Amino acid sequence: MESNLITEDKQKNKLEKAFEILKTMASKPSGLIGLTIVLFHVVLALISPYIAPYDYKAISPNTMLLAPSAEHWFGTDSLGRDVFTRTILGGRTALTVTFFGSLIALLWGGLLGIFCGLVGGKIDDVVMRVVDAFLSIPWILAMLLIVSLLGTSTEVLIPALGFFYGKGIVRVARAATHDVIAKDFIVSARARGHSNMSIIWNEIIPNVRDAILVEGAMRWSWMLLGFSSLSFLGFGVSPPTPDWGLMISNARGLMSFAYWSVIAPIVGLSSLIIGINLTADAFAKALGIDRSTKAPV
Amino acid sequence: MNEIIESVKNLSIGFNSQKGKQISILRNVSTNIKKGETVGIVGESGSGKSTLALAMMGYIKQGLFPLKGECLFKSEDLLKMSSRQLEKIRGRKIAMIPQNAGQALTPNLKIGYQIDEALRLHTDLNKTERDKKISELLNKVRLPSPETMAFRYPHELSGGQQQRVAVAMALAGKPDLLLLDEPTTGLDVTTQAHVLELLRFIAKDTGTSMIYVSHDLGAIAQVSDRIVVMYAGEIVLEGPARKILKEPIHPYTYGLLKSIPKLSLAGLPASMPGSQPQPGSINEGCSFYDRCNLATDHCKKNSPDLEHIKELDTNVRCFNHKELINQNNNLQTSITKKSNNSEAIEVLKLKDVSISYAKQKFFDQLLNKISDQNPTVKDINIDIKKGETIALVGESGSGKSTILKSIAGLLKTKDGQIKFENDRILSSDLKMRNPNDLRAIQLIFQNPDESLNPNHTVEQILSQPLKLYFNLSGEELKKNIIDLLKKVRLGEFYMSRYPRQLSGGEKQRVAVARAFAAKPDIILCDEVTSALDVSVQAAVLNLLQQLKEDLGTTYVFVSHDLAVVRAISDRVAVLYQGRLCEIGPSQNVYKFPSHPYTEVLLGAVLEPDPDIKPKLVAEDIVEEKPPEKGCSFQGRCPRKIGDICNLEVPPWQIGENGNAIRCHINIDELASLQQ
Repeated sequence: MESNLITEDKQKNKLEKAFEILKTMASKPSGLIGLTIVLFHVVLALISPYIAPYDYKAISPNTMLLAPSAEHWFGTDSLGRDVFTRTILGGRTALTVTFFGSLIALLWGGLLGIFCGLVGGKIDDVVMRVVDAFLSIPWILAMLLIVSLLGTSTEVLIPALGFFYGKGIVRVARAATHDVIAKDFIVSARARGHSNMSIIWNEIIPNVRDAILVEGAMRWSWMLLGFSSLSFLGFGVSPPTPDWGLMISNARGLMSFAYWSVIAPIVGLSSLIIGINLTADAFAKALGIDRSTKAPV
Repeated sequence: MNEIIESVKNLSIGFNSQKGKQISILRNVSTNIKKGETVGIVGESGSGKSTLALAMMGYIKQGLFPLKGECLFKSEDLLKMSSRQLEKIRGRKIAMIPQNAGQALTPNLKIGYQIDEALRLHTDLNKTERDKKISELLNKVRLPSPETMAFRYPHELSGGQQQRVAVAMALAGKPDLLLLDEPTTGLDVTTQAHVLELLRFIAKDTGTSMIYVSHDLGAIAQVSDRIVVMYAGEIVLEGPARKILKEPIHPYTYGLLKSIPKLSLAGLPASMPGSQPQPGSINEGCSFYDRCNLATDHCKKNSPDLEHIKELDTNVRCFNHKELINQNNNLQTSITKKSNNSEAIEVLKLKDVSISYAKQKFFDQLLNKISDQNPTVKDINIDIKKGETIALVGESGSGKSTILKSIAGLLKTKDGQIKFENDRILSSDLKMRNPNDLRAIQLIFQNPDESLNPNHTVEQILSQPLKLYFNLSGEELKKNIIDLLKKVRLGEFYMSRYPRQLSGGEKQRVAVARAFAAKPDIILCDEVTSALDVSVQAAVLNLLQQLKEDLGTTYVFVSHDLAVVRAISDRVAVLYQGRLCEIGPSQNVYKFPSHPYTEVLLGAVLEPDPDIKPKLVAEDIVEEKPPEKGCSFQGRCPRKIGDICNLEVPPWQIGENGNAIRCHINIDELASLQQ
């Protein structure tokens, strides 16, 4: 009974802690703006199929390239589709793919980084050189190669993006681990004879978790940009699925006279990226990590 | 002589808490600094001594602000000055010498250039005059060969030399007031004594007033004319140094002086219970009420004012100071230790142990051989008996922590064996040791901030060894944790706390509890008290001794502090450059004859007694590497007899006191030399 009380107490503490962090983040204007933007996009992505005024794939020659009006708030595109409908739906794929992509990047990058930082020596040398080699490959070329070989389904995109954006996290996690590893509590655990796994789980992860999470949040916004670039090049989401990158790509030729069909997806994409960036920064500050001194690699 | 150059009047400094409450960390402080006088400000960490000293040069740390009062320097209020006005005073009138000169000097500029910069800013001398002045200053702070010294970079100097350069820079503007913030704290004992001697000389020579801030009453006693004792942001005692140290009439100072281990006393120092109140938690009554054994109900309700005692020329903040005067207050007492049982079973034997930090050559790596001919630690032979406390003493670089690490299996030995219980050889590789041996040898580290995981609660910290070695869980685990906390005099409610919520002493108690959780036979203590305040240090030493008497644990105690070692250890081994110099029962090592290095160390110990002056017999130069041939101490030895010291390793001689000394000089001759 008593031990139950303790675990309950701990869970409550964890919830309270998360709430506390959110409160600190929202206490500064930049954090509040960032959180609001991200929350807005997430909610929009969830409810947009139910509130979209038109069918996103309904092509109509009568409504080609109409300027914004009361009927079509953001105008229509070159195929006569409603830009507002397509814009509010356009973030869904990007958000899902990049969210799970970042999660994968965080997991493999973080764990590998911690492991390398802990064991050091030859294993660390070899792994880090391989990571360096991958860092030197232009990711977009490699992505294009993968996508053209395996197709553009989300089952391919998520792990591929996760892999390419995890490389940077390996370095951050390794550096954070190096900061911790010199501390006496790790030496103490080693001297007691704990296994490497136990040291990673009990001693290192609680101390590097924050730094890695912040890095992951930052990578999320980069990955979003990367994913949209792929779509822009025609290797991301296949038409007619609405997607910001694809929409920008399709409408950019008509930019000089139908600016609306480009501006709407650009606003959607950039606001989400700025929102995630602001949130990640506020998150770092709330956790007491100074990103200006720990530059991402 | 009696001209007052700086006076602080009713100064309070504080900050706004997150809840918008105003919390003061200095409360109503008033004091005067006279011309040519050295004032020592002493107090435990958090007593506000640094804040006061910085305010005296018109500097207030970010986040803090003055609540009331003033800091008058030559009748001008420093706290009201603009930064332009302050620029004219700082460096020229008031100069500061920082704690860590190594960090205060710019690493990529030559020493001469940095002093020149100070001269250019604060004087009107031309280039040739300045050059002359630089070598004059370097001479004054007694740096060797000032001509070449000016062309060196900070990293080419030792810690003591860097501190001397900082002194030279501070003197460049011919200040009226010098501010010293713990200037010798990071230095070795012998270096510290030399720097203090220099400061005393400069005070006399230039007539500069000095404010010396330190937690170390020993250092303060050597330099100060007057002492100000701070507690919880207040001055509790102020008066002439001799009176304060010999007849402390405030219970806090009395307790503080009693808690400092002294060379002349064999037993443990008395500890003061409790800890300093946090700023903001003092409501009414005396701030020392909780820890005072003279406290009455009157003290709980009313806070005492500073009262001037004419006969002693002292100000004291205590209602009951007369009782302390009437008490037969003998500072020269200590708690006697129970002597260890003389079973004399040897539990741990170090046999010809050598340890090298040198990198292996590829070929030697294949043969699993370490090729270093001149290893960091060499030929250590120590037999450690069950239930004894053996201390390894030496300055930084003496290899004492290195030996400790290799006993724990964290560092591989190059040669030699470490034998444990019944002459079983312990592997030098941690992974090859069996779990029971790992359990039997536990470590306690110097700094509990680093040795406790900041993201674990005390419960999690203590459950680590219990789970690992005894597979405990659930109720049984919890019961064991509470037992451990009780052993180190902490309550059950500490279980859910994080290290950051504990004071330094409490953290170290948790670290001690974690070591004892494994039910070890041997505990390796690596400078366990040097990060703590003196009153807390005494408490931790007493706790360790109590646990040892109850449980029969053996301690290997590493420290640079000879007085602490004197207090706790049964046997002492003195190390220099990774070689043993002297080993023997502690009461004998502290008697003459002793190894010349022990003599140097003992001479440099600072005692909180103005009558005991340190004896400086050797230069405080730093040797990077042990010599390849001959005696390890040849480079600094004041009693060197000739080539034999450079060429031959000295033999062990056993004196009539039973301590073994490794020296070429005949032991009887040493005895007569050291009389």
